[in-house]
Amino acid sequence: MFVELLHQHFVHTALLAGVVVAVVCGAIGVFVVARGLSFAVHAISELGFTGAAGALVLGLSPVVGMVGGSLAVGAGLGAASLRGHERDSSIGAVLAFGLGVGVLLLSLYQGYATEATNLLFGSIVGVDDRQLHVLVAVAVVVLTALALSYRPLLFSSVDPDAAEARGVPLRALNVTVFLLLALTTAAAIQVVGVLLVLTLIITPAAAAHYLTARPAAAVGLSILIALIATEGGILLSLEEPWPTSFFISSISFAFYVAARVAYAVKR
Amino acid sequence: MAVATGSQSGVRAQPLSEPVVVGEHLTQVVGERRLWHDLTFHLDRGEVLAVLGPNGAGKTTLARLVLGLTKPTDGRVRVNGVGARKAGRRIGYVPQQRAFDRDLPLRGRDLVQFGLDGHRWGVAIRRPHTQRVQAAIEAVGAEGFADRPVGRLSGGEQQRLRVAQALVREPELIVADEPLLSLDLAHQQNVVDLIDAQRRSHGTPVIFITHDINPVLPITDRVLYLSGDGAAIGTVDDVMTTETLSQLYRANVDVLRVRGRLVVVGAPENGGHH
Repeated sequence: MFVELLHQHFVHTALLAGVVVAVVCGAIGVFVVARGLSFAVHAISELGFTGAAGALVLGLSPVVGMVGGSLAVGAGLGAASLRGHERDSSIGAVLAFGLGVGVLLLSLYQGYATEATNLLFGSIVGVDDRQLHVLVAVAVVVLTALALSYRPLLFSSVDPDAAEARGVPLRALNVTVFLLLALTTAAAIQVVGVLLVLTLIITPAAAAHYLTARPAAAVGLSILIALIATEGGILLSLEEPWPTSFFISSISFAFYVAARVAYAVKR
Repeated sequence: MAVATGSQSGVRAQPLSEPVVVGEHLTQVVGERRLWHDLTFHLDRGEVLAVLGPNGAGKTTLARLVLGLTKPTDGRVRVNGVGARKAGRRIGYVPQQRAFDRDLPLRGRDLVQFGLDGHRWGVAIRRPHTQRVQAAIEAVGAEGFADRPVGRLSGGEQQRLRVAQALVREPELIVADEPLLSLDLAHQQNVVDLIDAQRRSHGTPVIFITHDINPVLPITDRVLYLSGDGAAIGTVDDVMTTETLSQLYRANVDVLRVRGRLVVVGAPENGGHH
């Protein structure tokens, strides 16, 4: 059964999509964790859901609504340039309202309930060739932008005052980070779903933060962990018919726990 | 109120050269408050200007003016003849301390490296200027901990690395905002010595923002005292007197010299509201 499935085209597509999404999530995650944006990622993904629900009601592709919703929130959060507690509480308020709207939209939607379930929990094996191409395009955009802005991004993440004095455009960079994050999130939703986006963007990066003090190595490790979790999760779900998202989040969490233990022991 | 005049006390002062920093007729209004009005000052090569004053008097605002990050309400700031906005990148800035995340994947060495290329876009094919980073690390005596995660270093160690970051590109001016805050006396002395060494060897002038003048008293050429609604500038002996500060605060303020230390008694704690 397992071996047979490995020869299926949809499995190949799923594995490839997993690679693309894992690399992008792992890479951007390091900056997200360094900037303390975990909660913002959660907000962007849940409001991506609201956008998708809206698109379903209007008879559009949910992916379009998801990207639209994520980008709108990303742009708003980026432009607001909030810091610390103020950022947390305002994200919480917007997130809660957005979800409320999403619930309403979903109740208005008369179609297939699986569409909604897929959004919430992911449907990697449902990714078709066209979606894979879109994922690759998103990955190229996000990775190129991250590579080009790597040093100012890192500088402004860890030491914004010194970075600003050296001419790093904090606000523009902030908006850029949120837009890239919105694109990444919209891509990741298709693999692990709205509720589990954090498992690919935050958990691998957080684990990597415990394992190395070198920024470049942290990016590499974070990508590696995200890759193992995603590919491992997809393969396991072929063998055992449990949800892929469960396996992905379990592997990713296992790495996180192991990293914390290793870190505690090393000290 | 004393107004700045050309001081020759800089160690490598070059009387014929232009001052490095010129602030002309500066007025700063923040919200409803006018922090200072018609403030003029300049800073020559090798000079140390100590910026003093209570919390909220605009010390950091003054730093941001010089760095070109805040616009003056009126007047202008020039650094080496160009507008502050343009000069900002060539200034070595030690910002007010903020704690680094303990698990930040960043070594002390990386923090210093930012001083060279942290603002640069694009992919670094090979890490440039490793030797300059190493030299700056050695100059502040940070060899022992430069490869450890910055978030796990002590405040004093972090501060030495920030100074190394500010010095690594041989800046035209050093602006240090409360660099001694939360440091013990030995580390305070260490940071003061580092900055003093730089201005002696390179003639780099220094704007040193501090709430306590005593640790920097031996290297201070001039004092800019901000009260929250006014400013006084001059030598230590001009400004740090009962008369000048009483006039500035429009209140009875006493300046005492106790065992070589200056003690200001009776100054309002937070930038004066009148």
